[in-house]
Amino acid sequence: MYSDKVMDHFKNPRNMGEISNPDGVGTVGNPVCGDLMTMYIKVNNNRIEDVKFKTFGCGAAIATSSMTTELAKGKTIEEALTISRSSVAESLGGLPPVKMHCSNLAADALHAAIKDYQEKREKKKEVRK
Amino acid sequence: MVAQETRRVYMDYSAGKPVDLRVVKEMLPYMESSHGNPSSLYTFGQEAKRALDESRAKVAKLINAEKPETIIFTSGATESNNLAIKGAANRNKAQGTKILTSSVEHMSVVNTCKSLVKEGFQTVFLPVDEFGLLDLEKLEEEIDGETTLVSVVYANGEIGTIQPIKAISQIVHAKNAFLHVDATAACGQVPIDVNIEGIDLLTISSNDMYGPKGVGALYLKDGVHVAPILHGGGQERGLRSGTENVPGIVGLAKAAEIAQNEMQAESKRLTILRDSLIHGLLDPIPSSFLNGHPTMRLPDNVSVRYSFIEGESILLSLDLMGVYASSGSACTAKTLQPSHVLLAIGLKHEEAHGSLMLTLGKQTTQEDVDYVKNLMPSVVERLRKISPLTPKELKKECIRTK
Repeated sequence: MYSDKVMDHFKNPRNMGEISNPDGVGTVGNPVCGDLMTMYIKVNNNRIEDVKFKTFGCGAAIATSSMTTELAKGKTIEEALTISRSSVAESLGGLPPVKMHCSNLAADALHAAIKDYQEKREKKKEVRK
Repeated sequence: MVAQETRRVYMDYSAGKPVDLRVVKEMLPYMESSHGNPSSLYTFGQEAKRALDESRAKVAKLINAEKPETIIFTSGATESNNLAIKGAANRNKAQGTKILTSSVEHMSVVNTCKSLVKEGFQTVFLPVDEFGLLDLEKLEEEIDGETTLVSVVYANGEIGTIQPIKAISQIVHAKNAFLHVDATAACGQVPIDVNIEGIDLLTISSNDMYGPKGVGALYLKDGVHVAPILHGGGQERGLRSGTENVPGIVGLAKAAEIAQNEMQAESKRLTILRDSLIHGLLDPIPSSFLNGHPTMRLPDNVSVRYSFIEGESILLSLDLMGVYASSGSACTAKTLQPSHVLLAIGLKHEEAHGSLMLTLGKQTTQEDVDYVKNLMPSVVERLRKISPLTPKELKKECIRTK
């Protein structure tokens, strides 16, 4: 059912865990639907220095989370924003069609974390003003 | 994660069983030499006819049916359920159009009942309690003069809960309705007596008794009539047209005979393994629960759930270690909804997603059970570490028990 790459990321997820003082946090999904992901980012000089994830969900949900962190690490914010559901699926050698929508939310979680980072930064700027 | 092991432990017997070699042996002549059509007059055909008659008697004996003619051979449990429900509903339409069933039925009952709604019947899905037992008070409330048929599963294959059929039958018969029982998962595992238990129609599956796939039977009590759903040459008393699947039927009958002889010992053996596995899957793991009834339960069924993690990822982890099981998670189904049976016993969606079903069988050994017991804590612990839902206290406990 799953590609070797999906199984590899499921067996050995990269960047799994939490970041203690993250610059941005994004959570998407819902345990009711069977998938919930949280993505943490640490940003330095507009670059994603560190990224970690926590995921409740099926094999595809865990593998896409892991893959997304791998793709995002070291990228500038602008580069990271180009990471999409389809590019994550592609990097994993494809996903079963039924998993493309329900379990492929990691890119959305990353975007949510970036948005959170950007909003926090705006607020800080306002405070300084 | 533990490296892939070569050991293979099949614990999904309810999804498919191997055919007993004694059954295969019995079937072979009817595929090779005795391949006549039972409807043919010549000796060759009559040999097949005799095999059919003998098979009918064997299946009748397993459920203590009054006579062999009460057994109608079909293509399997799905067809038997369709024939029983549509057949009885349509045949008795003049008496009433209300059909009652439970909310823990197999899809072949659920969707057959739903299809009748489009034809003008009223279908009521009765609730069950937290163990999956039918709410008898609700049954008494709902059953009325319009009710012609009540269809209840003998034992649900997902959670293993065995229904109090005799008590249900008394309520049903008091209102002059017929009782259809889907015994797909139960038949051959627990003793069934259609007379003592008051069953009017009974669905039997061959593969669930280690017979071949693609064959089943429907018991129709003497005097209970159904309208056929397949029309043609009028085989099986006109109730199931189509040339009889003689090798399959012979296989089903042999499987029934073996089940009758070996059920007692095998069920006792399986019950010990089942309880050993249930304890092994629950005792060492916090926030773990049993689905279904602890004692009114099929000997082969283990259904548990783990909070904070999802079923498919448990299955994948087990698969990597050679253990083949099943889950109530939507991710393993064709739909995005978790099992309706797990929701019916009151589980929340996220609880149903974390369910794991292991069904045991003839080839399951204590070593298999021990193997699964030993690896489960680490599987659950790993997935809980990945999950954002795991509470802090539990995480600490997980690390401590390492």
